[in-house]
Amino acid sequence: MADFIVSLLTGLSSAAAMFLVASGLSIIFGVTRIVNFAHGSFYMLGAYIGYTLVQAIGSAAVGFWAAVLIAAVAVGAIGVVMEILLLRRIYRAPELFQLIATFGVILVIQDVTLWVWGSEDLVGPQAPGLKGAADILGKPIPEYDLALIAISPLVLVGLWALFKLTRWGTLVRAATQDRQMVAALGVNQRWLFTGVLFLGSALAGLGGAVQIPKGGADLLMDFNILAVAFVVVVVGGMGSVFGAFWAAVLFGILQTFGIQILPNSTLVLMFLVMAVVLIFRPWGLLGMPETLGQAHPGPPEQPLRPALPRVRILGGAATALLLALPVAHLVLPQLVGAFTLVLVIEIMVFVLFAAALHFIMGPGGMVSFGHAAYFGGGAYAAALLVKFADAPFELAFWAAPVGAALLAFLFGWFCVRLSGVYFAMLTLAFAQIAWAFVFQDMPGSVLRTFGIADEFGAPLKITGGDDGLNDIWPSAWAGTRIAYYYIAVGLSVAALWIMRRFLYAPFGYTLRAGRDSPLRAAAIGIDLTRHRWLAFALSGAFTGLAGALFLFSKGSVFPTTLEIARSFDALLMVLLGGVQSLFGPIFGAAALTWLNDLFSVLSYWRFLLGVTIIALVLLLPQGIVGFAGTRLGRRLRLARPEEITA
Amino acid sequence: MSGAQHERVPVLEVESLSRSFGGVRAVDRVSFTLFSSELLAMIGPNGAGKTTCFNMVNGQLRPDAGAVRLNGRSILGLPPRSIWRLGVGRTFQITATFASMTVRENVQMALVSHHRRSRALWRPARDHYFDEAMALLERVGMDRQYDRACGVLAYGDLKRVELAVALANEPGLLLMDEPTAGMAPRERMELMQLTTGIVRERNIGVLFTEHDMDVVFAHADRIMVLDRGQLISEGTPMAVRSDRKVQEIYLGGSAVHDGGPA
Ligand SMILES: Nc1ncnc2c1ncn2[C@@H]1O[C@H](COP(=O)(O)OP(=O)(O)OP(=O)(O)O)[C@@H](O)[C@H]1O
Ligand SMILES: [Mg+2]
Repeated sequence: MADFIVSLLTGLSSAAAMFLVASGLSIIFGVTRIVNFAHGSFYMLGAYIGYTLVQAIGSAAVGFWAAVLIAAVAVGAIGVVMEILLLRRIYRAPELFQLIATFGVILVIQDVTLWVWGSEDLVGPQAPGLKGAADILGKPIPEYDLALIAISPLVLVGLWALFKLTRWGTLVRAATQDRQMVAALGVNQRWLFTGVLFLGSALAGLGGAVQIPKGGADLLMDFNILAVAFVVVVVGGMGSVFGAFWAAVLFGILQTFGIQILPNSTLVLMFLVMAVVLIFRPWGLLGMPETLGQAHPGPPEQPLRPALPRVRILGGAATALLLALPVAHLVLPQLVGAFTLVLVIEIMVFVLFAAALHFIMGPGGMVSFGHAAYFGGGAYAAALLVKFADAPFELAFWAAPVGAALLAFLFGWFCVRLSGVYFAMLTLAFAQIAWAFVFQDMPGSVLRTFGIADEFGAPLKITGGDDGLNDIWPSAWAGTRIAYYYIAVGLSVAALWIMRRFLYAPFGYTLRAGRDSPLRAAAIGIDLTRHRWLAFALSGAFTGLAGALFLFSKGSVFPTTLEIARSFDALLMVLLGGVQSLFGPIFGAAALTWLNDLFSVLSYWRFLLGVTIIALVLLLPQGIVGFAGTRLGRRLRLARPEEITA
Repeated sequence: MSGAQHERVPVLEVESLSRSFGGVRAVDRVSFTLFSSELLAMIGPNGAGKTTCFNMVNGQLRPDAGAVRLNGRSILGLPPRSIWRLGVGRTFQITATFASMTVRENVQMALVSHHRRSRALWRPARDHYFDEAMALLERVGMDRQYDRACGVLAYGDLKRVELAVALANEPGLLLMDEPTAGMAPRERMELMQLTTGIVRERNIGVLFTEHDMDVVFAHADRIMVLDRGQLISEGTPMAVRSDRKVQEIYLGGSAVHDGGPA
């Protein structure tokens, strides 16, 4: 019993940081409808700034808590700077575009933090006055844990009072519930948004600062907390502070007990719980129905037209150039090095990946945050077939798209029933589960429970965990650099062309119909769920094909191919290229892969990449392809003249 | 009734339909029958429950109680897409079209779905049912603007596109929620004239709501009056016009507003 109570208290104390960060994220989303990717970075900044301040003034209890509060306010101010300098200029951009902007901010903050505080993990000092342990039923509990347990309800009550008792709070609540109202606010909307960014960011900073004595500060904090905060917000219900509180408590307790049952699988456990909650309560525990980006729909997408002559010529020229490149390599090896071929293969892999994601994201309006599951999933399907069935390259290669399609078919059945942020989060959850499956080599562990193990009783290596699967190469005929180049370029160009056909065919139009107006689509007899499901599986197949090309170009596959970061990369490519155009993902993937390659040799490459991304967002709010729609683009005959609104 | 050459076949029978939101009885035991080739108007002040009624007949909303029969068969609990397949076309109070498609493509989508070709993956959508779509657009007077994006269309034109879309599956019943909202007075009369012509020639039953009384009295064969969820009067335009209860609602302060886009 005493053990149980102690575990419970530990769980509640670990809920504190989760609640603080998640409530901030939830408030920001509720009012601005922006999914703030940089929120985890604000949490990290809270920890670093708090650390420095505690070093300076935190030797006594008053100083310590003052340092924590100042850190929170400082991070709130950073949030305000981001709002004024960046978000304010892009509220009217197409939906989700703000997401890339905040992604750029993550990269910038990472390198700034590295530059200011160095790469070493900082060990947090203990909180003065709370260094000891309290005695609970004969068990010791750190006093600081008790303080943390008290903080969440205190903040919750504070937020409740702010929202219920002040005029500003009433505005925030009204804006969260009624989108139309925000638009009607006019000028005041600005200050509402700025204020909300301050509050939300300060809460994240507070979360980072209060956990210093327990966790210190390190450079991985931003992404680690981001996934957790998303899960908490989604389970609680987007925009609901009380929902975030209960979800944080739930996960805090789940983590403590989860560790005892299944060590190092707490994250998977969280995502599993989230998947179950979303299947039964698609809007979270206390949330409301929601679609992504309702607040800023942007200009309506243009109808699909046949490509303009000049665009066709450029496309043809690009394809010809791609096909001629190996010849140039043979003739002029000094000018077109082997490395160029390798880079182009890599670019084509990610172009295909991004285009497959765009297939459901653009025309279908289904924003998947977990598409790496089908990229890595396909690669693993092929690799496993080679390793354990000795399948020849020609067969194993096709196992990737087929396997990925089956996986997407399975996961998709659950996901396509949801929409907006909830769809995004469920796809992310499934991707995390898939990642854990290979990372922890679950098949190996399962076999051991049936008594199948190696001679020492350890689990068999199936997926190989962290080590991945290695030494998987194409057959000899396909193995030369030039042969594989033609395979990769040929297959990805063919796949792009096929996807384009699909999207110009009634099927693609039906997807767009469901995105434009689900009400009208249903009123003309369209079974949206079925079409979305099929689209999801098709997208999975093409993503798996990209995975196969990737696998056989590298000769190995690691769990990183299924990581969140990989999914976000694809998302970034689509958004940066321009979600409203079929060419968008091609340009986005090519640009980002190339930039990554260009910057990766520099020491502060994240900063450069982040700044580049932010600059692109500000200069081309319709994505790179949006250039065609600018006055210059139209003069160059890359787009048709603008249609006059009635 | 002017559609005398046709037999009076009941198309839609609604019995005791009810639905509450919270404590409010939005629709309260409404019953009526609609015959083929007939234009039946449902009128009433804002918030009377007209749209709620439409949504229950069309499957967007589940009734708390009551029965809905189409051609003698119960359609209660069917989703909108199945009700459409049974030959029910719908236009919405706030137009619902596909903004990123052209006028013609909007109609083509309805035709594609009608012929169950929506999963076709290869031949471009613009080549499917091209002529049929143009014929429908010509019928509603939108053929000249066929290639414009719906996202940039004037509101009155969108209403016409919706009518063409609603006609694509050769419906036996049309549900038109404020078909002329947001139009100029002359345009309203034109559109209803057009609708009347189409439904007479195709023997379609029409249930429509309308706030413009000139339009209603000029085109409806029969009128129902709804007030706070209840049917308070029903009959020929003449009879309804002289009904004391109706006069009270329309003259006694209950304001009537156009339900166009805000
Ligand atoms: N989804 C809903 N949730 C709660 N109340 C609703 C909902 N839909 C309608 N109502 C309420 O039901 C009543 C009837 O609304 P309805 O839209 O059917 O009226 P109407 O006759 O179509 O009005 P109008 O002429 O303005 O279009 C109103 O009081 C409305 O506020
Ligand atoms: Mg209405």
